[in-house]
Parts: sequence; structure tokens; C-alpha cells
Amino acid sequence: MIQLEQVGKVYRTEKIETLALADVNISIPQGAFVSIMGPSGCGKSTLLNMMGLLDQPSDGEVRISGQNMSHMGDGDLARFRNQHIGFVFQSFHLIPDLKVIDNVEIPLLYRSLTHKERTRLAHAALDRVGLSSRVDHFPSQLSGGQQQRVAIARAIVGEPSYILADEPTGNLDSQMGDQVMGILEGLNEERQATIVMVTHDEEMAKRSHRIIRLFDGRQVDA
Amino acid sequence: MILNAIKIALKVLARRKFFTFISLFGTSFTLIVLVVVAALLDIFIRPGGPERNMPRMLGLYQCVMKSEGGNSTWSGSPGYRFLSRHVKTMQSPEKITIFSSHNTVSIYEGTDKYNIGLRHTDATYWEVLDFRFIEGVPFDAHHEQQASQVAVINQQTKERFFGSGSALGETIEIDGQTFEVIGVVENVPATNRSAYADVWVPIPTKKNRDYLDAMMGGFNALLLARSRSDFPAIKREYAAVLQQIDWPDPHGDFEMLGGVDTPLEVMARKFFNETEEGEVSTGVLTAVMSLAALIFMLLPSMNLTNINLSRIMERASEIGIRKSFGANSRHLVLQFVIENLVLTAIAGLIGFLGAYVILWSITQSDLFAYATFSPNFRVFAAGLLLILVFGTMSGVYPAWKMARMHPVYALKGGQS
Ligand SMILES: Nc1ncnc2c1ncn2[C@@H]1O[C@H](COP(=O)(O)OP(=O)(O)OP(=O)(O)O)[C@@H](O)[C@H]1O
Ligand SMILES: [Mg+2]
Repeated sequence: MIQLEQVGKVYRTEKIETLALADVNISIPQGAFVSIMGPSGCGKSTLLNMMGLLDQPSDGEVRISGQNMSHMGDGDLARFRNQHIGFVFQSFHLIPDLKVIDNVEIPLLYRSLTHKERTRLAHAALDRVGLSSRVDHFPSQLSGGQQQRVAIARAIVGEPSYILADEPTGNLDSQMGDQVMGILEGLNEERQATIVMVTHDEEMAKRSHRIIRLFDGRQVDA
Repeated sequence: MILNAIKIALKVLARRKFFTFISLFGTSFTLIVLVVVAALLDIFIRPGGPERNMPRMLGLYQCVMKSEGGNSTWSGSPGYRFLSRHVKTMQSPEKITIFSSHNTVSIYEGTDKYNIGLRHTDATYWEVLDFRFIEGVPFDAHHEQQASQVAVINQQTKERFFGSGSALGETIEIDGQTFEVIGVVENVPATNRSAYADVWVPIPTKKNRDYLDAMMGGFNALLLARSRSDFPAIKREYAAVLQQIDWPDPHGDFEMLGGVDTPLEVMARKFFNETEEGEVSTGVLTAVMSLAALIFMLLPSMNLTNINLSRIMERASEIGIRKSFGANSRHLVLQFVIENLVLTAIAGLIGFLGAYVILWSITQSDLFAYATFSPNFRVFAAGLLLILVFGTMSGVYPAWKMARMHPVYALKGGQS
């Protein structure tokens, strides 16, 4: 369960203040598959970062599984992200110097697991996204769709309860996008993972349980 | 986590060849210079070979003789009269040897001319210095008293003149005098400033007797102490000796200045040009050398810090990614420090091998005859330790800066 109560976010620089989010109230139950939509710059990524504890709200509260996250220190937030949250970024964000398998293992590095277990889990995750044959490639040796699938493998390798995906299909053609969407749906159905996905694509959004629409940092009723 | 960080560090280094090369070059080069310089210094301060007892010895290589009022000053090696009458009679050292400076003389064999290093020594010389005899024996007090025309030669001289057989009983002609070979010793490294020569003969065999009256010139002495703790007493006694010199007529009033030194003190005396002082302090020299080494060591760490800082932006998104997936600041600092340490360790290995090769080449070359230079493990270890410390420090600051980056900011590549 992810709950946002009266959440607002203001970006302050020396000269300007940007209101990225205002008065957002959202409650996403366990096992839900939710899409976030809205025009560019309306605050979708900001919202997702808030849910993923990568950023703190300026106002209001973020609660996950009933726990108020605003009082947590950096170390505890890091641990919580590590245990419970998996990110899929719009621009893949793979580490170019590391092989596919090492990229996928990253979330496991910050848990107490043996090398053997890490490798086993990473292989299983790559298998799930259909990339078993690419473990020793570097990201630059993969197509965009393959890179996005590696990013998904990395997000699911630690079996998090929440998967936050920022335009996971944005850079892909429709066939690839379909494939990636299929993987997310599978995770949602089989493992009851809670999925929050930002998308510009109405077709994709319709496949989720619920669509949250934003405009200029404010929720628009669905 | 640590093992994985090392593994990843190695992989990243292998991928980033240019960065790796630049970082390795600076650090390895520094280590090489440090170890080579230290090895060269070391062999003069603690020579092996016959001078292996040097840590228990004080040397008298230099003194200054002044006429009253300081009108005339002679400085240089002491003379035989001074050494035999005033130094040899000192009580606090266990043993005292007097020997001439190293002189190059020519030996003719038919029309062929060979240059050899010749020394005139007393009999105690063979007790103070630890020569390895291949055959025969050294000359003794009896030979010295009788001015016996006997010689000890080194292995190379023996092989040159007498081939592979025994040289004992053979004769060698030097400057119109014929000496009988009574002993053959192993070749002595040229870095042994008191022991190095090819042929050694008793002092009284000198043809020219002027040395007997000379207060200055041509000779050195080594004072072997029972232990280093006797050094202060020996130095005090030498200072007292200088006050009570029986000057040969018609010289009138003179004074003799200087002191007896350890090899490091010899260096300090030269460095600060303190030829007249009774005692020199090595503290400043040691401090100066250590400081120079330290500053020298700072270069590669500054280089590393600089490279690391300039790579922060390049690695911002990696930091953002790792933070998103649960890395805390401690993990990241650890990772970056380990990367630095791995780099430093490799540089250390290369530095050590490089120093080894250079010292080996010096050994092979004729720069210092018969001398063997080897890397000093203590200096290497100290150098590596320093580099590791600096490497850690040079890694910690950038790592700390990197690790504190806001994850969202980092994910955007360090630009907002
Ligand atoms: N670090 C920042 N500093 C200042 N303003 C920011 C910062 N990050 C985002 N903003 C502003 O906040 C608003 C929301 O940005 P956000 O990235 O959430 O939009 P988005 O909905 O994800 O857009 P897109 O669909 O283009 O990805 C934008 O107006 C943006 O300019
Ligand atoms: Mg966005």
C-alpha cells in the first residue's frame, strides 16, 4: 500500500520556484497495477520519485505499508528501497562499464547474499525477461528493447513488492513495448507485485487497473 | 560486497584503459623513483660485503687542520702520523684500523698495462673488516712490523694474473716492488668505501717514507665499537684527542678539527658542509629527506584525487542508479575507496617490478664494480603504505562527495 497525503513538491533554485506537484492524494493498494499519465512536465517523474523514496515531498506525507517515510534517515531509506522497491527508468540507466549480469546483480550487492546466490537470482531474472543468452554482453552491445529488459530484470531481481516504472516502453517500438508490458503484467499477476507505471501511451495505460492523470502538478479526476 | 567491489574495480579498470594508464603511471613512477633512490642511499649507509659491520663503526675520513688565527686551513683525509700516534691509541673503541685511500696504480705484464686499485693497510684492517678469503690468509702484525712484501689480492686480480689455479706463493710486481701473494679474497663491492680495492699490502712497504711525518693526507681510519652505545664515548674521546695533539716541529700552534662519523653523519656533514664540527646532527638531514619523499609521494595522490574528482560527473548516473537500488553512502564510499586501493595495489606491483629491473640493470652495469643493488623491502613497504594511505585519502574525498549526491540529481547525470 502506497499512500500520498496532501503531497506537494516545490523545486527551489536561486532565481525561480517551480511547483512540480500540489495537493496530491493517492492510495495504491497492494497488488494494484496503476498508470500515471499527463503531458510532459506535469510532474509524473517527480511523483514516481516521491513514491520510490528517491525524493522528499515539500509538503504532505508519503506512507508505504502504513509507515510514514518522511522521518526516515538516508540509510533507512536506502535499505527500504533495496528491500521493497524496484525501479525501471525511462532511459534504462544501465552502467555501461558493467556486463549485463553485473548490472542485474546491483540490488543484490546491498543485501547479505553470497556470490553464488546473487548469480543464481540474476540468471533467473534475466531468464524471465528472455535474455539468458546475453549475460556477458555490455549494455552498448544490446538493442534498446534488450536494454530495457535488462533494466526490468534488475528491477525484479530482488523480488520487490513495488515496481516503479517511468515510461518503460517510451523508447521502444510497439512490438517491443508490448513485450515489456507483458512482462510487467506477468509480474503483477503471478507475484502480486504492485506496479506503478508512467506512460504516454493510452493503449498501454488501458491495460492497467487504474489511470491517474496529472496536469500541471495536480491530479485530474479519472 | 568487498570481494565484489574488487572484482568490479578490476573490470572497470580493464575497460577504462586510458584512465587506468594515467593513474598507474603516476603512482608506479613515484614508487620506482623512491625505491631506487632509497636502495642507492641504503647501500652507502649500510653497505654489505666486508663492511657489513658498519653499523658498529665510526669512520675518520676527513679532518681540518688550522694554523693559529685560522690563517691557513688544510682539509682532507688525515695523515698517518696523526692517526698512528693519536687515534690508534684511543681506548674506547674495540679495534682501530688505519688504511690508505684507494689508489689506482698500473701493473705491466710485458707490454700490457693493467690498472688496479691498491691500498696500504695495517694488520687490524683484516679484523675490523669482514673479508671472505677464498684461499690463504691476511697479513698480520708481524708482517706489518717487518714491512714484509706480501699482498692480499681479490679474485678478479688473481684470475687475471694467475688463471684458475692457486695464487698463493706467486708474486706480483707493483711500482718496482715485488709482493708475494699470501691471500685471495672475494671481489669487494665498489660501494664499500673503506674495503674496496684489488690489492692490499702492509703500510710499511710504502717506498716513500714521508707519510710517517704527515699529519694530513692519504689515510683513513675505522673505529670499531663494542656496540653502538659506545659511540658517544668514542666521540668524546676523539674530541679530547684533538685537544692534546703533539705537533711535530717546527709547526708551532695548530689545531685539528672534525669528528668521527657514522655513514649517515658523513652524508649530513657533506650536505651541510660542516667539516669543522666535532659532531654533526643527522636529524635535519633525515627530516629533509623524509619531507622530500613525502612531498614526492603527494604528487600521485593529488593526481589521483584530481582524476577522481573529474570523473565524478562521468559517474554521477552510476551513483544515482546504485542509490536507487539501495546503496547507502557507506557502500559507495567503500566502493570508490576499494577501486582506488586496487589501482594503488597494481601500481605498487608495477612500481616494485620496475624498481627491481632498474636496480638489476645498475648491478649489471659497471657503474659500481661488484656491487649488488636490491630493492629495500622496508622502503618499498613504507612507500606502498604511504601510497595506500594517500590513495585512500585521495579516494575518500571524491567518494564522499560522490556518495552525498542526491539520487535524483545524480540520475540526471549530475545536472539539474
Ligand atoms: N531538479 C529540478 N529543479 C527544478 N525544477 C525541476 C526539477 N526537476 C523537475 N523540475 C520541474 O518540475 C516539473 C515536473 O517535472 P517532471 O520531470 O516530474 O515532469 P514529467 O511529468 O516527468 O515530464 P516528462 O513527461 O517530460 O518526463 C517540470 O516543470 C520541471 O521543469
Ligand atoms: Mg518524466
